Amino acid sequence: MIYRILHRTTYDYSEPVTISHHAARLQPRMTDVQPRVDFALEIAPAPAVRTPHTDYFGNQVNFFSVQQIHRRLDIAAESRVWVNRVTPPAPGLSPEWKRVAALFREKAAVETAGLHQFRFDSPLLRASPELADYAHASFGDGVPLLAGAQDLNRRIFSDFKYHPVATTTATPLEEVWRSRRGVCQDFAHLAIACLRSLGLPARYVSGYLRTHPAPGQARLAGADASHAWFSAFCPSVGWVDFDPTNNLMPSDEHITVAYGRDFSDVSPVSGILVGGGSHAIKVSVNVEEAEEGAA
Amino acid sequence: MAVIENNLNTKAGSLLEDYAGQAGLFDEAVDSQGRLRAAYQAFARAVPRLGAEDLKRRHETARRIIQEQRITYNVHGDSPGLERPWQLDPLPLLMDAAEWRRIEAGLIQRATLLNQLLADCYGPQELIASGLLPPALVFGQPDFLRPCHGLRPPGGTFLHFYSADLARSGDGQWWVLSDRTQIPAGAGYTLANRLITARVLPEAFRDCNVQRLAGFFRQAQATLAGLGSRRPDNPRIVLLTPGPFNETYFEQAWLARYLGYSLVEGQDLAVRDGRLLLKTLSGLEPVDVILRRVDDDWCDPLELRNDSMLGVPGLLGVLRAGNVASANALGSGLLQSPAFLAFLPGLCRHILGEELKLPSIATWWCGQADARQHVLDHLDELTVQPAFRPLAGPPEGVPRPGAEANGDLRAQIQFRPDLFVGQERASFSTAPSWDGASLVARPVSIRVYLVSAAGGYSVMPGGLARAGSEKSEAPRLLQQGASNKDVWVLAEGPVEPVTLLNPPNQAVELRRVGNNLPSRLADNFFWLGRYCERADATARLLRSLLQRLNSESGPGSLALIEPLLDTLARQGQIAPASVAPGARLNAEAIEAELLEDIFDPKRRGSLSGLAGEMQKLAMLVRDRTSNDMWRVLVQLGEVLAPPERNLSRLATEGSAVLNQTLLHLAAFHGLARENMTRAQGWRFLDIGLRLERAIYLCSLLDCALRSPEGNNPSVLEAVLEVADSALTYRSRYTLLPNMAAVYDLLLLDDTNPRSVLFQLNQLVKHFERLPLERESALPSPGHRVLLDCLARLRLLDPTSLAGRKANWRQSQTGVVVDRLLRQLPKLSDAIAVSYFTHSTISRAGGK
Repeated sequence: MIYRILHRTTYDYSEPVTISHHAARLQPRMTDVQPRVDFALEIAPAPAVRTPHTDYFGNQVNFFSVQQIHRRLDIAAESRVWVNRVTPPAPGLSPEWKRVAALFREKAAVETAGLHQFRFDSPLLRASPELADYAHASFGDGVPLLAGAQDLNRRIFSDFKYHPVATTTATPLEEVWRSRRGVCQDFAHLAIACLRSLGLPARYVSGYLRTHPAPGQARLAGADASHAWFSAFCPSVGWVDFDPTNNLMPSDEHITVAYGRDFSDVSPVSGILVGGGSHAIKVSVNVEEAEEGAA
Repeated sequence: MAVIENNLNTKAGSLLEDYAGQAGLFDEAVDSQGRLRAAYQAFARAVPRLGAEDLKRRHETARRIIQEQRITYNVHGDSPGLERPWQLDPLPLLMDAAEWRRIEAGLIQRATLLNQLLADCYGPQELIASGLLPPALVFGQPDFLRPCHGLRPPGGTFLHFYSADLARSGDGQWWVLSDRTQIPAGAGYTLANRLITARVLPEAFRDCNVQRLAGFFRQAQATLAGLGSRRPDNPRIVLLTPGPFNETYFEQAWLARYLGYSLVEGQDLAVRDGRLLLKTLSGLEPVDVILRRVDDDWCDPLELRNDSMLGVPGLLGVLRAGNVASANALGSGLLQSPAFLAFLPGLCRHILGEELKLPSIATWWCGQADARQHVLDHLDELTVQPAFRPLAGPPEGVPRPGAEANGDLRAQIQFRPDLFVGQERASFSTAPSWDGASLVARPVSIRVYLVSAAGGYSVMPGGLARAGSEKSEAPRLLQQGASNKDVWVLAEGPVEPVTLLNPPNQAVELRRVGNNLPSRLADNFFWLGRYCERADATARLLRSLLQRLNSESGPGSLALIEPLLDTLARQGQIAPASVAPGARLNAEAIEAELLEDIFDPKRRGSLSGLAGEMQKLAMLVRDRTSNDMWRVLVQLGEVLAPPERNLSRLATEGSAVLNQTLLHLAAFHGLARENMTRAQGWRFLDIGLRLERAIYLCSLLDCALRSPEGNNPSVLEAVLEVADSALTYRSRYTLLPNMAAVYDLLLLDDTNPRSVLFQLNQLVKHFERLPLERESALPSPGHRVLLDCLARLRLLDPTSLAGRKANWRQSQTGVVVDRLLRQLPKLSDAIAVSYFTHSTISRAGGK
């Protein structure tokens, strides 16, 4: 499957901005299931400096600085991503979760060294006994790791209400936990914090989801959004994705952009500006299936 | 030994002779038989009769030097100006060369090891993969900065400055209590301690062959200069400070001055075109090396903590591009976690192939099963503390270890063992400490400093010793305001003097102007000048008013002081006549209001408020002003302090305070004029002062011209008095004040240093020397305003006032004064736009 994604971010400032420095994580990663990615980033006004960089997690970051006075900044990312269909592994055949947790308890081995960082607290997420209790309902004695993760995925889907205006990117997990509602980012965070509370590595995935218009309706351009889900590590299989917002395991309709410990590692656009006053942001995302070879 | 003992015994009353350590503890001065150790014997020989009175006198001298030099320490939460004076015990801690060599060798090995450890954590991470370093120590703590991974500093040195806290156990063995790898503080205070102790104990310092500290700082200069690879001959090095609110701001300013670097804050720096630049009065200048005192994760709000106002957005990108170097490398704070102490012996064997020479205090990291069991089994004997700094800005209310389980430590350790370490309680040696009356044995620890050098590290021969204030109390942290001691390491032979100045036969490039002034400092100087002059004018105005209110003339004369009241009202200092016409009729009400004007710091434009503003600004430029200027301002603040318990002030008291205020302000002016080099700082101070004086005077004249009594000799007399020109007037004219003559003297007489023309002439001279003015062919907007004012003023004929009956504002004089009043504030704005880059930084994020 090939997808063409337009992700456009526009800032309108109340005061002129004299200089701004930005970091954009908008370029989809190449992965086993995403063997090819074409990417173009258009920025207006044109940045004086553009520096591509691969971050600690292997995500592509584009740093750029706009050094001319501006009141509007327009960032348009266009990607074409080839996505292979994957058959999610059978959850019941994975190793028992306690054996996996034991593997990560103390020392690292050469092959697991890089995975350890996904089991610790991260800037937005803290393990807690309370979350461990919640997770234990899915992770009983002898439960295979992926079966537990799948059940946790399902319970978050049914216990928490999807509520688009309920949260901002800065909503603490505690509030999501208390109000039992949130958006994709919050559900992914919750699942990750639960797994880490059991001593299991889990990571945050940011990306896009192909959407299907309601029957009989045309697709609305730009009406899509960034999406987020989580990934659990299973020895001998690797990282396995779960989407708690939709209660499923991704196949070929999820497009991965970046991953990290939590949202703070993969924020699509961040910046520091001089001047600017207050600002308004407009974001539009459009995901559509593309033809092979078409531009 | 026996000879020396006899020798000492003959010197009755010597403090050291009467000193005995504390039973069961190692004492730095006396051995278990009560005999003085070699280093203290040398000291006792040099100062044979050091009695209590003598030491008390020397301590007083030390205290006076500390006060004079304003050596201070901000205890966290104190506002600037409320810093605490540095506490120094005049008696140094003495150590012989052989003892010191053991410490030195141990710390050099340790610094080498820690540097390699950083290189691995921020590079290949082989120590984790090979199982020698538990992953939690790196990945599990917030001081591992992922954006810094892969960033290879020049020469592979991450750790340019390192310090360690050491203590000695009962058997005489030194132990490392903690490693400071991020921004080791205190080297500047150590230098200050040395300068003081060498002055108060000159004979001992001379005779004991004390090893000098200057060599360490010379090495630091060489190391930092070596990092400026782009311009190796003359790199620009800045000391990046978090600002005057930081605890150790004093030492940062002191070090910057001693080492010859610009002291800058994050807002003084900017990233443009992939380079780091310093905003100066003459524009943006490239920076090559940062000696930083800002914590790791506060250094770049773009890639690190995004709520930091202390750093420079984009700094990491410049570091990555190799266009600037930072000492220490960003991320070096990683190794300050006490959890590393448990692994250093093994890592040392693996990395250096040697045993660790200086042991660390026994530490168990609970992330390991046996260590955890040991800690849980010995909870009562050990000190349990967090293994890592808590995660930055914990989202409020998110469950985290420490908050749950009712603080039950055992449960917390079991749930998140990797977050805790258990440590043995440290034991300390004692050293003789001066308690004001005698020498007492107090527990001590020492902080020792290292700097990287070609092929290794060099150790400062000395350090910062801290003593507990009670017998049993452990030496306190710097942050807690401990009592400090200098550490003297005695050489085995005579010591060569070292100085930071160039050797006498080396050619020196002569310089007349110091390093370019950061714009922020120019701004502060400008406003310091303005407030100073505003306080001066306000004090004169109030003094004249109080005198007139208390003269014998009746209420009928109130109309004659109307112009003075109007001038105050324009500054917002009293209510304008239009708002409270009745109040102006009552002399007592006016007097009460004027007294408030002097003393109420909350009142807008009050004298004590102005004094407060001046102190704040002086604080911000204090590394560029003399201690005397500061002292004058502190005294001014005391003079103007509100009366205690709201006792109402008498008008006569008010007048006395105003006289004192004017004297202090005159002292401040005098110091600025006579003691500041004619560099840019002074220039902006004087520009502020001249501009304010011109504006204030025009405002006063405008109010006088509006008054129907404008030509009344009493009003003219008052105007002369406030403008401090009454004496000059009487020396020229013996008559009662004449309107045209008064206005000529105050507006146009360029020999009168109080006249408006005199101020404008001075401003023109300053403008011609400002950096941006010299570069452009046409005058800048500010310069144009100034030239316009000057031309109009020069063409003015004050005799136009004569013969008119009131309505003076319509005269040529009135029109020009009015024009100046509207134009001069524009000059102030133009200066701000050209020279003080004021910018607010904001953040943007998006989905």
